[in-house]
Amino acid sequence: MINSYNFRFSEVYWCSNVPRTIALTGNEAAAWGARLSRVEVIAAYPITPQTQIVEKLSEWIEKGEFNAEFIRVESEHSAMAAVAGASAAGARTFTATSSHGFAYMYEMIAWVAGARLPVVMGVVNRFIGPPWNIWADWMDALSARDLGWIQIWASNNQEVLDSIIQAYKIAENKHVLLPVMVSLEGFVLSHTSEPVQIHDQELVDQFLPEYNPPHYVLNPEVSKPFAFGNILWPWDTVHLRWDMHKAMLNAKDTIKKTVKEYEELFGINHGDLIKEYETDGAEVVIVSMASIAETAENVAAELRKEGKRVGSLKVRFFRPFPSKEIVDVLKDKNKVIVVERDLSIGHDGILAMELRSVLHRYNTEIPVYSVSLGLGGDEILPEQIKKVVNKVI
Amino acid sequence: MITALVHPIEKFVRSERLPHIWCSGCGMGMIFNAFAKAIEELNIDPKKVVIVSGIGCSGRASGYWAYDGFHTTHGRPIPFAMGLKLARPDLHVVVISGDGDLLAIGGNHFIHAARRNVDILVILVNNFNYGMTGGQVGPTTPEGVRTTTTPYGNYTEPPFNAVWLAAASGAVYVARWTVYHLRNLTESIKTAFQMKGFRVIEVISTCPTDFGRRNALPDPLDNLRYLKENAVYVKNPDPREADIVWGKKFIIGEFVKIEGKESFDDRIRRLIEIAQKELRRSDLQ
Ligand code: SF4
Repeated sequence: MINSYNFRFSEVYWCSNVPRTIALTGNEAAAWGARLSRVEVIAAYPITPQTQIVEKLSEWIEKGEFNAEFIRVESEHSAMAAVAGASAAGARTFTATSSHGFAYMYEMIAWVAGARLPVVMGVVNRFIGPPWNIWADWMDALSARDLGWIQIWASNNQEVLDSIIQAYKIAENKHVLLPVMVSLEGFVLSHTSEPVQIHDQELVDQFLPEYNPPHYVLNPEVSKPFAFGNILWPWDTVHLRWDMHKAMLNAKDTIKKTVKEYEELFGINHGDLIKEYETDGAEVVIVSMASIAETAENVAAELRKEGKRVGSLKVRFFRPFPSKEIVDVLKDKNKVIVVERDLSIGHDGILAMELRSVLHRYNTEIPVYSVSLGLGGDEILPEQIKKVVNKVI
Repeated sequence: MITALVHPIEKFVRSERLPHIWCSGCGMGMIFNAFAKAIEELNIDPKKVVIVSGIGCSGRASGYWAYDGFHTTHGRPIPFAMGLKLARPDLHVVVISGDGDLLAIGGNHFIHAARRNVDILVILVNNFNYGMTGGQVGPTTPEGVRTTTTPYGNYTEPPFNAVWLAAASGAVYVARWTVYHLRNLTESIKTAFQMKGFRVIEVISTCPTDFGRRNALPDPLDNLRYLKENAVYVKNPDPREADIVWGKKFIIGEFVKIEGKESFDDRIRRLIEIAQKELRRSDLQ
């Protein structure tokens, strides 16, 4: 029996190699994801509600349980710059931030994608002020929609842990080489405990071997020195952008394969690009991401019991956007309701806009209802979603 | 007879915003009080005072004081204040923010505003760690002490000597006090208010919740006692000797006091004169 007075999960974990399920907050799950991925360099700056991710990591590193370098930088801008440097030197890198920290590192976020560095970042989604508000909102990560980062939106803490491990596998694939951000909503996931399975390290190592970058600074096997990040003419720049675009589209295959391989090894599947719930024969489908997707599934289940044909579709990867995959599910449906924790001021919900553009591209004329809820961390209740569905159906 | 008790600094406080978020035993309350006293004793029109704060526990100050105030973003109070001062040279612009905000994420602005000698007063509240986010290592955390990101002691991040940094970058007034030395602090704020240029008062504060608790000082009173026992007042001290080593004595006092140095807005006005003179000359030709 574990002595409950001195219960320290990291120590318990090290007594045994079997996977174990313990209660972890989203932040702890993210830290475990980075640890199991054997990240080599971490740089981060404290910001609520992200801070515990890096606190946990620095604690493990200092205890000698986890072999990595931790840089306590002076700002998020420096955090991303430091991991960019480490990644360019061939290390597997991790950082995490939120909200204003995310906004402050924006320049480097764009740079890392353009430099094709497979950095993985945890984004604990939070509102960007004013007013000061530390609660969940998707506006931080979504503001980097167009920069060339793959985006995963986790719905629960297990998914946070698993997504980070998967993220490295996808990012480091030589046909992809793009950074990945894994979003978990502030407080909703970051500070809420759920049972999470911590996988056996050997199995993770089997899934995610050591990072062997095809090109990096000071590579001894390359005789000619590289110069990174130089100025280019517009006609050359176009090619680089096109390569990124292709890589992002190619990533879809890599993602599907990665998810499948992950399921075979760990028996867990959170969906690949999307996750469907009761969409077969549904009249109305609720489309959403992150924690709302789970609420939507519950709503769909309840409405099904009432005899209403409602399903739910979770967009797990916001980039690359699962266009074809979504259309395949939605094409024969009557109505789509998009529920999201963001609002493009002066237009619509961001996910709704994306969805409409995709449906339009595939000549599918389904009405899309845009519902922005829970801005600045406001509670999203199943009753609210139910009300919308009942109104629309 | 019942008399309504009114706190002496009530009129400086936005009481509808209370209760405040500061922990009991936090040094912020004392700084708040000292500042209000200084303004009262100087008899300054509160409409002429603007408070700009950044992020962190001390950042909340701008919301509680009954002056016009701006709670700006992480590290950005100084550039914000600089803009404000240039637009309204008649105002007393005061930045009150923490060591993390002013010396880490906003460190660049601190040295550049000092270099330009922007006419603002900076009250740098140093609690040796990032209090609001839960007590991580920061740019003033003394070597060896424990924080949540240095749970076995800070051996990787040597701290800034904020006094020397300010002095070397060009500040015209640099003083350091602690929250135990409130009378000196009030007097120092008064002195600084009557000067012009980039003025810095570092106040060594107490953070029993995050910093103290991890460094054998969980009791607010012990934190104050630590400051009382270790702060040594020196007349005309040398900024280079203002390092803070944990567990050792450190210097407080007025390190720099330079009168008459041209401030940034003076320079801008001079520049305009020079440019206009040149334009007039070219008109004549
Ligand atoms: S955390 Fe520290 S600095 Fe912040 S209010 Fe509490 S005692 Fe004060």
